[in-house]
Amino acid sequence: MKSLVAENVNTIFGYPGGAIMPIYDALYDYSDSVNHILVRHEQGAIHAAQGYARTSGRTGVVFATSGPGATNLITGLADALIDSTPLVCITGQVSSNLLGSDAFQETDVIGISMPITKWNYQVTKAEEISAAIAKAFYIAQSGRPGPVLIDITKDAQFGEMEFSYEKCIKIRSYHPKPKMKMQAIEKAAKLINKAQKPFLVIGQGIMLSNAENELLQFAEKSGIPVASTLLGLGAFPNNHPLYTGFLGMHGDYAPNIKTNECDVLIAVGMRFDDRVTGDVSRYAKQAKVIHIDIDASELHKIIKADVPVHADAKEALEILTRLVDEKQHSAWLQEFTDAKKTEVDTLLRSAELLYSDEIKMDEVIKMLSELTNGEAIIVTDVGQHQMMTARYYQYNKTKSNVTSGGLGTMGFALPAAIGAKFGAPEKPVVAIIGDGGFQMTLQELGTILQSKVDVKIIILNNRFLGMVRQWQQMFFEKRYSFTEMISPDFVTLAKAYSIEAIKIEARTDLKQTLSTMLNHKGSYLLEVMVAKEENVFPMMPTGASVSEIRLN
Amino acid sequence: MEKTYTVSVFTENSIGMMNRVTIIFTRRHLNIDSITASESEVKGVFRYTIVLRTSREQVDKVIGQLEKLIDVFKAFVHEDSEVVYQEIALYKIKTTSLTNGDVEKVIRQHHARILTVDPQFVVIEKTGHVEETQMLFESLQPYGVLEFARSGRVAVTKPMKEFSTYLEELEDSKN
Repeated sequence: MKSLVAENVNTIFGYPGGAIMPIYDALYDYSDSVNHILVRHEQGAIHAAQGYARTSGRTGVVFATSGPGATNLITGLADALIDSTPLVCITGQVSSNLLGSDAFQETDVIGISMPITKWNYQVTKAEEISAAIAKAFYIAQSGRPGPVLIDITKDAQFGEMEFSYEKCIKIRSYHPKPKMKMQAIEKAAKLINKAQKPFLVIGQGIMLSNAENELLQFAEKSGIPVASTLLGLGAFPNNHPLYTGFLGMHGDYAPNIKTNECDVLIAVGMRFDDRVTGDVSRYAKQAKVIHIDIDASELHKIIKADVPVHADAKEALEILTRLVDEKQHSAWLQEFTDAKKTEVDTLLRSAELLYSDEIKMDEVIKMLSELTNGEAIIVTDVGQHQMMTARYYQYNKTKSNVTSGGLGTMGFALPAAIGAKFGAPEKPVVAIIGDGGFQMTLQELGTILQSKVDVKIIILNNRFLGMVRQWQQMFFEKRYSFTEMISPDFVTLAKAYSIEAIKIEARTDLKQTLSTMLNHKGSYLLEVMVAKEENVFPMMPTGASVSEIRLN
Repeated sequence: MEKTYTVSVFTENSIGMMNRVTIIFTRRHLNIDSITASESEVKGVFRYTIVLRTSREQVDKVIGQLEKLIDVFKAFVHEDSEVVYQEIALYKIKTTSLTNGDVEKVIRQHHARILTVDPQFVVIEKTGHVEETQMLFESLQPYGVLEFARSGRVAVTKPMKEFSTYLEELEDSKN
């Protein structure tokens, strides 16, 4: 506990159990300085810690017991690793003399979590605890952040020792801060200065390196249009004239097709996920690619870079800004505006035709965006509502988008929203969840009840696992195999947890109820019945290239 | 195009390191032909020598992901022509087989040696490349091989001072 306090930990998400009881006993003495949030399931704890880390920029801390407690963290660890979220998870373990003996609640959590943690370590002696925790925080936060797990045996937890704590500042085999090669940056600047149609695609790396200002200055000086990945949303204000939209499978039409028309593609803090690139053999082939990333293994992993820059985004963008010419690319930018118009017109027409009576998901998001000025923290789950939110919420603030990107974890949003609020208590937090995902972790309503955290929940209920249903409609001859969902009465459910709730079906009620929800003191659940068979467009089918993105 | 590659990984000596190294290969569905590990010329630093058949592109990506492991200092990849490598094989045959003069000839021809002689069995040792140890195995088979064991590849690189140079640079950059 002293070690955690030395790392300025003031928020912990956890769930006690046999093998972690000595730690919880020590925690009892720190109730004044450390806020421990008791969740309802360990998966809830780790997603909450992820939400906390994403909005606060700090490392999320999780406590869980051995065996099932530890295995319940697995999904969250995998999610945090692929989405570069700094976490320190501390699990209890059976006494060291029992290791390997199939003792009660014993699991080889080190073995299980090895491929899904940035680092993990088992502590069997009390003397090792403070050094292990120091190392854990250093590794979790530095370089490309990620989750770390420390497994502490019960006898080590009981052990007494002379306490001393030294912050870890280096590990001889680990070099999180790359030494940027000036040559590479100069080469990049040269390419950019010669470019007629440069295009800047950004990812979460901007926020992880706190490079929002540097990005803004670079974009404004060079006049280059900007697009964002799912996790990068918010790193560049979406209301900025240079912002052209969201990339990928359900991204905006303009940035997707322009990827295959630009002459220089500058990728910063993003990793060319297959949901962004579509068919890689037909991705930006015409362009020279500059790839700036702090993780050397990402360079050339998916897209061969003409100029790979192994560097911290903040540092690289700062120097790059000095080296590039001041320019405007009005004609090029106009092409994006024109493409956007095509998208908006096509989508509007098809929407009018198909769903005139029922509320559509995008209406809810657009209105929410308007009512919150694009300044709320928006937490989404996985599926159609997630894509709709990414498309239509105007993320104007950094660290305001919390979603499960790489892993696509349904059930992420509710616990992540709880953590997001603890990470940014001064901001409104709105979780947008589908009827399917909500039921994966709805036990965390209990955490809201007990911790009294203020989280607004919008369930977009289409009575289907919508995204899978959309694919079944498009690619499996409408064979809706097990995607139809019968759900409980969410309003009654929320009320059982003393959470105010309302369900609406009429468009006319939308604005009023959204305002009521936002103005309500304390948590609130709003269930919106939306069109059953709405599809998310644009869409890039599997195997298609970015230029083949479909508008309907 | 698939080729044989020798991957050398320099790591800290920590529990579970072997596992951390091998799961990088498993994830990409790559089969390891052989793996050996022992302390390197630098005290406390372990050297893994891994042999596998794959494409250059795949193995380069594996190197990137190996180097991402916290306890890995550095990983290198080499083609067969860039390393000097060796394997060791042990063959156990019945002592009675020796009475036949041919076995002596076989041992002589293959530049193998007898490691130990027990009233019941003899252990023969041969170092060389896989093809060579395999050839001896086949030559001994008519006399009955009771046991046969072959080690993984150990290899040193032909370019001079790779890892130690790297470590020195590391020390320099700290000062």
